[in-house]
Parts: sequence; C-alpha cells; structure tokens
Amino acid sequence: METLKAQKKDSQKKKTMRISGAEAIIHCLLAEGVDLIYGYPGGAIMPVYDELYKFQDRLTHILSRHEQGATHAAQGYARVTGRVGVAMATSGPGATNLVTGLADAQIDSTPMVCITGQVPRHLLGSDAFQETDIVGISTPVTKWNYQITRVEEIPEIMAKAFYIARSGRPGPVLVDITKNAQFDELDFVYEKCTKVRSYKPVPKPEAGSLEKAAELINNAKKPFIVFGQGVILGEAEAELKAFVEKTGIPAAWTILGLSAMDTDHPLNVGMVGMHGNYGPNLLTNECDVLIAIGMRFDDRVTGNLDTYAKQAKIVHFEIDPAEINKNVKVDVAVLGDSKETLKDILPLLNENEHKDWKAEFDKKHQIEYDTLIKNDIYPTKEGLTMGEVIEQINVASEHKAVMVSDVGQHQMIACRYAKFKQSKSNITSGGLGTMGFGLPAAIGAKMGAMDREVVAIIGDGGYQMTIQELGVIFQHNVPVKIVVLNNDHLGMVRQWQELFFDKRYASTVMTNPDFVKIAEGYHIKSRRVTEREDLKEAVQEMMASKDPYFLEVKVEKEDNVFPMIPSGASVSDVRLK
Amino acid sequence: MKENHIQFHQDISVQNIMEKQWYTISVYSENHVGLLNRISGIFLKRHINIESLNVSKSEIDGVSKFTIVVYVTKEWTRKIVGQIEKQIEVIKAYYHTDDETIYQESALFKIASHLLFDERQIQNIIKESNSQIVTVSREFFVLAKTGRRHEIDEMHEALEPYGIMQFVRSGRIAVTKATMPISEILQEFQEN
Repeated sequence: METLKAQKKDSQKKKTMRISGAEAIIHCLLAEGVDLIYGYPGGAIMPVYDELYKFQDRLTHILSRHEQGATHAAQGYARVTGRVGVAMATSGPGATNLVTGLADAQIDSTPMVCITGQVPRHLLGSDAFQETDIVGISTPVTKWNYQITRVEEIPEIMAKAFYIARSGRPGPVLVDITKNAQFDELDFVYEKCTKVRSYKPVPKPEAGSLEKAAELINNAKKPFIVFGQGVILGEAEAELKAFVEKTGIPAAWTILGLSAMDTDHPLNVGMVGMHGNYGPNLLTNECDVLIAIGMRFDDRVTGNLDTYAKQAKIVHFEIDPAEINKNVKVDVAVLGDSKETLKDILPLLNENEHKDWKAEFDKKHQIEYDTLIKNDIYPTKEGLTMGEVIEQINVASEHKAVMVSDVGQHQMIACRYAKFKQSKSNITSGGLGTMGFGLPAAIGAKMGAMDREVVAIIGDGGYQMTIQELGVIFQHNVPVKIVVLNNDHLGMVRQWQELFFDKRYASTVMTNPDFVKIAEGYHIKSRRVTEREDLKEAVQEMMASKDPYFLEVKVEKEDNVFPMIPSGASVSDVRLK
Repeated sequence: MKENHIQFHQDISVQNIMEKQWYTISVYSENHVGLLNRISGIFLKRHINIESLNVSKSEIDGVSKFTIVVYVTKEWTRKIVGQIEKQIEVIKAYYHTDDETIYQESALFKIASHLLFDERQIQNIIKESNSQIVTVSREFFVLAKTGRRHEIDEMHEALEPYGIMQFVRSGRIAVTKATMPISEILQEFQEN
C-alpha cells in the first residue's frame, strides 16, 4: 500500500506529455531557464524551428547573420550573466560554422550549449546533403558532446548538457540531434541533472593544503596575488576582496580576471602578461610568494617559463586539477571552488600590511605613467590614440559600462585602460584570440544586461570579420555602442612586423570601406571622429543615445602597444618602448 | 588568430630534463561512443604517438578499460593523464612504468603448412617459444604466442626466414601490482 501510494505520488510529480522530439527540446530549454537563444535555421533543424515559432512568447530566438555570430553572442550573454548561453544551427555548414565559437568558449571556460540538427539516423554516414561529422569535428573543442539518434534520449541528454556546461570549470557542450529524433514522439518528462557518476566537477582541497598555503602567505615578505577568470566564474569577488584587504597583498589580474576587483582599489596593481603593466610583470620576479587564484599560467602571462617567478614559492587556488603543475610547478595547490577555498582560508590568514612592497609597485607605476600612460590617454601629439578614446569612455560611463573588445591592439589598450567598478564587465576573447568576437559578443552581452551600457571596442580588421551582425542590431534595435578604432591596419600584426620582421608589412595594410555609410545602411546612428577636439563630445553623444550607435575613430596608423614582453622572453624583460 | 608566434628560446624545457621511457596508461571509463576519439585527440593535440592501444571491459560491470602505451617523459605522461581524467566519461586514469605492471601482448603467425614438414627448425621454434598451434589446415597453420614484446619479436625474427604469410600483434594488456580502487572512486562520485 505504502509503495503504491509512493508510486502514484511519483507519477503525479513527473507528469508526462506525448510530444515530438522537437517540442521536447523547447521544453528542455524552458526547464533550464533559457529564454533567449541565438541561431540560424536550415534543413536538419527545421522541426525545432517550427516549435520555436509556436513558443516565441516564452523563448526568444535571435537570428544571427552567420552561425559564428550566434556562438559569440551566446558567449557574450553567458559571460555577462554567468548563465549558460545557447546557440543553435543546422547540420553541415551550419554546424561547422560553430567551431570557432566552441573553441573560444572551451579555452575561455564559457558555459555554452550548442544544438545542431543532423541528417536522419538512416542517412548517417551516407554523405547525405549537409551531413558532416560535427561530433567528431567538435570533440577537441568541447567539454562534452553527444549525438542523439533516438527521441527518448532527448530529456536526459539535454539535462546532462546544461549540467556539464555550467558545473565545475564551465565550458561548451554540443548536442547533435538527428532529424528523425526531432520528428518522433516520446512521453516527455524532464528531470534536471545533478550528477554524472564519472564526473567530479569540484574537487576537494587536499587535507592540510589550506594550512600550508596560509603559512606561506603569512610568512611572506613580498607576497603577490595574480587572479584570473576563476574568481568571476566562481563568483568569488567578495571573497577575493576580503582576502586582499585582510592581508594587504598587492593583486594583479590576467586579461580575463579584469573587473573581478574594482580597478581603482588601492591594492589593485594592474594587469600581468605580454601587454600588462610594468610593475606587476617586473615584480613577478621579485616576489617571494606568488598566489595564483583561478588562473592557468597561460604563456601570454608567464613569458619564458624558465625565468618565471623562479625565486618565489607558488600557491595555486584552482578548480581544475589538470591545471596544477601544467605550466608552472607549484608549492601548494588548493583545489576547489575559489568561493569556498578563499572563504575557508580567510580565518587562517594574518592581518597585514605590505607598505614597502606595495610602494615598489607604485614606483614602477609612476615610471610607466610618465613614459607611457600619460601619452596614451592624454596625448599631445597630433594623431588620436586608442588610449584617449578608452579614457573618454571611462569618463562618460563613470566606470559602469560593460566593455566588450575584439582582438588586437585595441583590445590590449581597452583592457589596460578601462575602469570597472562591477564584475563581469570585461568581455573579450582571451585564450583563442578570436578576431570577429567583439560585435556579436556585444549583442549577447547587451541582451543579457539590458540595464547596463555595453560598449564594443573593435579594430577595423576584426570588425569586418563579423560585420554582418549589424543586421541583428538593426532588426532588434539592440542598443549597443560600437566603437571602431580604425588605424587602417591589422595593428598588432603590423606592430610585430615592425619590431621583429624589419618592417616588412606583409598583408597588414587595409583599404577600408566607409564604415559610417555601412552603419547608415543598417539605419544605425553613426559618426566619425578624426580630430581630438570632437572626441569628448562624440563619446558623450554616443553614451547618451538610447538607440544603437556606431562611432568610428580614426586613430594614429602606426602606434604600438607598450609595455611589451616579446614572445618567449622573460617577464623581467618587459619593455616600455 | 592572426598573430605571429616567434619562438625565441622557449621550448618545452621540462621535457629535456626528464628521460623518455615506456608508460602504460590505464583509463577506466564509461562505455560511450566517441570517447576513444576524445582520448586519442589528447595525444594528437600534443603530437604524441600512441604505441599500443587496447580497449576492453574491466573488473567493474559496465566500466571499460583503455590500456595505452606511450614512450614519453614522466612529465608529459602526468599531464596527459590529467587531461584524460578531465573528460566527463572518464572515471579515473593511472600511469605506470613497466616495473609496476604485469603486462603481455599476443601475436598470431600464419605460416604455410608444408614448412612444418620441410623445415625441421620450425618445430624447434614452436617448442622453444612456448607458442601454441591454434589451427592446422592443408594450406596453413596458425601459431599463437603470448608474452613480452621482445619474446614476440624474437619469434618473428626466427620465423621470418621461412616466410610468414600473415602476422598480427595485439596491443599491450596490463594489470598493476598496486591496487586500483575504482569501485570506491565510483562510490565517492555517486555520493557527492
């Protein structure tokens, strides 16, 4: 009797519906709290699009102008909200166009679920129209992927996809669904996935590791923190701040760690890495304890590993065990979610100040300011600089805007000079360095944070890689602010050619179209600035606009980004010019 | 994406410090389509050749076991195993040196039957190599040999002058001297 009751209760709880696979996919998305997806229809995904049509009051689908744009928009959305971004495409070319976005999300740990249509099961392997092995192709660039060939698999696999994408170290998941599974019917019941038996998303810290880490930190004379995106993904900003303030340790960030801590915080000493700040790079090789938090010692951060922080004991707070000792040998690894581990270590840490040590950073900052920063953001030379544009945006946005950047010189300048009060405000393609990321990512970021200003900073090269996404901005009136810093060159490659290839400017000079006219073609308010005297007012006009706005700034053609650590050189060799 | 990468003096310095040697990597995983591709991709990405690969069921019901042999440094083996373990469907991966495992390979030799009578030495080879005759027909007979790689190689060398019609050798299979507590790990995953 008891069991009968229990069974009855159970079946009431899990109400089943007889629906098609395509409709089931929509219900899965809704059950996961998805209300916005980006995508592009085509033959093998049409049943799902037919259901999207029926469910458009509950689930908004944004038609990108290229599938790559859909993935970057989903990434921008995910990065600004911390939720899973969703992109959808058809089989064959639709699916292969997702690959760059998947690779970008994989290397930058962005939670994303991509759904692709596939030819019907009976045609698999027959070289059918628009058939491609997207599961094979996407394997190295996904956290997980799966091909659904039977309709019954849909609820379980979709639940697993979302769970895997967002749990532990997040990443992209691709689910490929054959057309027969979309048409066939099932008794639909959805249960969220909470565990996968072979998968341990968050490892536990080894016994004693917190104590060992605390001892090293407490005894350090010149401790130095480098934090990365792990702090943002783990939503550990408050815990990081408490850690930094209690211990008085200077803290620098990797490019993806930017905005996890107020850029004006007195202990925030700037960016590390190839175009990072002078002090943090130089002093990496003078600190006695280096505390790495949610970062992965990328080669653009470390330069030559043989000369990277060799004098220091290294403590690594990290969620992914495979990152421990991958590039840099550490003395203490603290495994786990940074929100937990930073909270747990706090009581073990002594209150401290490191005034003399912090003063070293201030001295180096002064040198960098005098030789570089001043001329970048308050230039007196004739041509406009990228730095002064960023500074004007800082002023107009009061450090509150989300900044999305593309890849290249403008990206380094934007990340060096942008000011942020709030986390999840810096969205850029860090690990993969995907030109073309900026414009679609800004669309996703804006739609994920409608209450915030979103400014896209893009170079003239990257802009033209995904320029077609202006169509989305126009069609849906997405009020993003687009700033193209136009130097008529592929600036970063040109800089390398100047420095390392005897100024042989192979294929880096761009003859560009009239970008203002292109924006006008999409009925987007637009303006071009060529003179310094117009810049401030133009940026203010842009920021005040309620509608999308395009601003082209013609900047100096052959400016270089400094400081710079040449590829393969030591962080100690950071050059100011 | 469009950036040039100049390597000045940065090399994988850790690799130079340590000697290459044979490692047996044992991977316990779910039995899923595509996992082999995912695991082999980890080696491909690092330009590392898989010397031998065997997939079979393991001591745990429903759990597969990959046995992969590579000739690399300990440093690289450790990193590869870390990447393998990170895959969703992998329960646990281990690596061991030859000293730490009991390992074998198998080989089949197909040889023309008349040689068995024409060449007396062949009978000696069969005896000395401790191999088995699996089948004999009018045209050919098949020898099976299980053992270490060098034993199979020696047998191959001995038979080669007489003519081998077909030869095949399996991947290495290995068990470790130490325990591999897979059941407990699965249990722990379930509870978390």
